[in-house]
Amino acid sequence: MALLFVLAIIVFSCAPIVGMNTIPLSAVLHPASGGMESNIFWKIRIPRVCISFLAGAGLAVSGMAFQAMFRNPLATPFTLGVASGASLGAAIYVRLGLVFSVLGISGISIASFAGAILSILLVYGLTRARRGFSTATMLLAGVAISFFFSSVILFTQYMSDFSQSFRILRWLMGGLEVVGFESVLNMAPFVISGSAIIIYMTYELNLLMTGEEIAISRGVSVWRTKKILFFATSLMVGGVVSICGPIGFVGMMVPHICRLLIGADHRYLTPATLLFGGAFLTLCDMLARTLIAPAEIPVGIITALLGGPFFIWLLLGKTSSKRGII
Amino acid sequence: MENTIIEIVEFSFSINSRAILKDISLSVKEGEYISIVGPNGAGKTTLLKCLDRIHKGGNGDIRIAGKPLDKYSQKELAQKLSYVPQADGRISPFTVYEFVMMGRYPHLSPFSSPGKRDEDAVHDALDITGISEFSERLLPTLSGGERQKVFIAAALAQGAKVLLLDEPTTFLDPRHQADVHRLLERANRERGFTVLSVTHDINNAILTSRRIMALKDGTVVFCGPADKFMNNEILYKIYEKSFLFVKHPQTGKAITVPEMP
Repeated sequence: MALLFVLAIIVFSCAPIVGMNTIPLSAVLHPASGGMESNIFWKIRIPRVCISFLAGAGLAVSGMAFQAMFRNPLATPFTLGVASGASLGAAIYVRLGLVFSVLGISGISIASFAGAILSILLVYGLTRARRGFSTATMLLAGVAISFFFSSVILFTQYMSDFSQSFRILRWLMGGLEVVGFESVLNMAPFVISGSAIIIYMTYELNLLMTGEEIAISRGVSVWRTKKILFFATSLMVGGVVSICGPIGFVGMMVPHICRLLIGADHRYLTPATLLFGGAFLTLCDMLARTLIAPAEIPVGIITALLGGPFFIWLLLGKTSSKRGII
Repeated sequence: MENTIIEIVEFSFSINSRAILKDISLSVKEGEYISIVGPNGAGKTTLLKCLDRIHKGGNGDIRIAGKPLDKYSQKELAQKLSYVPQADGRISPFTVYEFVMMGRYPHLSPFSSPGKRDEDAVHDALDITGISEFSERLLPTLSGGERQKVFIAAALAQGAKVLLLDEPTTFLDPRHQADVHRLLERANRERGFTVLSVTHDINNAILTSRRIMALKDGTVVFCGPADKFMNNEILYKIYEKSFLFVKHPQTGKAITVPEMP
């Protein structure tokens, strides 16, 4: 745990320094000097690292909550269609050319959040209608909704003009290119409030993971708890996806790695997942920026390149079900 | 000993408009040990789940310690009743200690770490069930018998004085069956736990419990002292099958033995 904390700090402090242009220390120390290096550092690198960290932490901890709630190692914002719901919300917002904000929170984040909530309710409703959360039903429902929303997104994009279409495409590729702190301030309330709710519910997550009936008999109001958790995860996924697009695999692999490292108790697993998720995505983004510099690889490609093999190992690894995996 | 802890009056419950329980009445006194028997699909498990509000709703009146069931918050109810479900084979990767500690949930508030009282309750539960020595092992590495003891330990640690058990010994080998029966009897006799246990093992029901309730098709067909239960008139009504009886060599109580064709 302490190790994770140290790792997170190292990544957090190294990531802004590494990049296409090396940043001299003097530029870091004098943010107001107005030189190019100091501008790159303070207006591009730092916000970008903040966004990566927030996005990684939010996606990872949402994945962790889903895995516990659905008692399924494959439950993530993606397999459950939540991320595509959020993308759809963002796509529709762009297509309609809406521009509004509520209490300083941009409309696109709110649209994403609405999309996330919608898809989660659909998946949950479908699995409930078929009585119980059989793994197969849940994943099928999630995949079906994911496909359905994806084609609605494509349709939305098809019906859009060139600039809208490009903006929508940019989301779908998943990216962390932001300039200035505006996006950070936009995403932070979503991720912070969502994870605060999850940290508040760690006992409930533990019990949900042992099974719904046991959770009820231990005194958890399961239905209420699930509603709150759905709300919290939708907040985070919506907040992240509206700015970064659907970034794959962080939500699935980070919680599993953390569970292998420190066990299943959510009182420790939750902070570990937040830290590791943030550090992991920041690291992936650092690779994405530097591997083929001056060009950038979309970060979704890096996370999926690392995540894909892991996913397969997870599917095949019978022994992994003994420890760590749900 | 004479206080009524559970009072069920003409309770009916249906799922998808199919009646599962019909006009069930039962009064349970503190410290009783009641076995609930009956054929598959009779509604035994449903009755336990209704008591613990895993199934909500139903018509009729259920009172726990004098207070109507629907007036309880789930946490309050968990301080009165604990439940050991049928083994379902899906086990999360917690250690035994972590899992038993989760039984303390109704006594914990968010952010508060478990205190000394909680730790004592957990150690006590591990002691009664005889599983202290593997408290650091992970649940998925345990055998079915060990796992069942862990589930019972978690229910005991919960601090509720009523234990609801759903077929606690069904998948266990003879030694673990005997272990589980012995520890339930000790919990009942020495610690004053009230026990309601659903079982298919009628011999053990006779030997361990003083009172037996038999359900068939959602209605009570027998409810009374265990020694009145063992006769073919009653058993045939329940199982549509007649039984052979012999006397138990130690207690002299009638028990059933398999019939040869």
